[in-house]
Amino acid sequence: MKAIVCVTLKPDVLDPQGRAIQRACATLGHAAVTDVRQGKLFEIQIDASDRAAAERLVRELCEKLLANSVIEDWKIERIET
Amino acid sequence: MNEENVFPVFAVLQFPGSNDDRDLRFAVKSALGAEARLVWHKEPALPADTRAVLLPGGFSYGDYLRCGAMARFSPVMSAVRRFAAAGGPVFGTCNGFQVLCESGLLPGALLRNQGLDFVCDVEQHVRVEHAGPPFLSRARTGQVLRIPVKHGEGRYVVDPVELARMEAGGQILLRYCDASGAVGGAANPNGSVADIAGVRNAAGNVMGMMPHPEHAAEEGLPGGCDGLVVLGSLLDFLEKPR
Repeated sequence: MKAIVCVTLKPDVLDPQGRAIQRACATLGHAAVTDVRQGKLFEIQIDASDRAAAERLVRELCEKLLANSVIEDWKIERIET
Repeated sequence: MNEENVFPVFAVLQFPGSNDDRDLRFAVKSALGAEARLVWHKEPALPADTRAVLLPGGFSYGDYLRCGAMARFSPVMSAVRRFAAAGGPVFGTCNGFQVLCESGLLPGALLRNQGLDFVCDVEQHVRVEHAGPPFLSRARTGQVLRIPVKHGEGRYVVDPVELARMEAGGQILLRYCDASGAVGGAANPNGSVADIAGVRNAAGNVMGMMPHPEHAAEEGLPGGCDGLVVLGSLLDFLEKPR
């Protein structure tokens, strides 16, 4: 199975890299881009017997390793079987 | 022969990618005259006579995932957690600060500098917010210290509720300031919340700071020797008769 996890900065945490990317969009002439926030995407291959077991494992990984709850939110985008 | 026990022993941790470990050892040994031992991160225990633990700057594990995120899983960190829980003094600078935050031994987290630049400044100043043992007994409250910074991810972040708790508890130990002691503005090199340069835990035995006291540990060099105010305070604490 493969899990797709996104980790992003919490909404109230400043993201200077995202802001720099937004400015680059403006430089390209895309004034329509008003904000960019950047994050991380993890593709995780898992040997698991079923989907529920895979999800339990991924949740634990998110809480203990992939995200720092002080500054980041995480979301399991999908689990592909 | 017990002579090696005359001086308090500092354990200086070494993670793969640490690069200020020897500078810290130099500061402790040569500048302070105390004993310092390098301890590889795979060690399951600290040397038996360890009296304080120092976590150096650098780029442990290449800063993979997040700065300090991998080092917290090193075997030696379990021993450091036990040491800290028993009240032993633990001090981290730069990457060591990041490791302590990621390990949950200090509140908050350190993120990419607001200006995105790697800052490297021997003229950085910090103001002592709360003098006293174990880390700042050689300082007085309000004193301005000149201690170099060099980091790309030193923006201290903590949620407002925790920040208020830390302020009330006297856990904010150092703030970025200019040479005259005026806090904040252009003197804040990385956008840290409340201009925070160094904090301690609620119990008071764990401290982290982004500037490098070990780079300000010798007369005659550009860094000066204000770093010894911090490291020397810890030595005084350990030498104090029990």
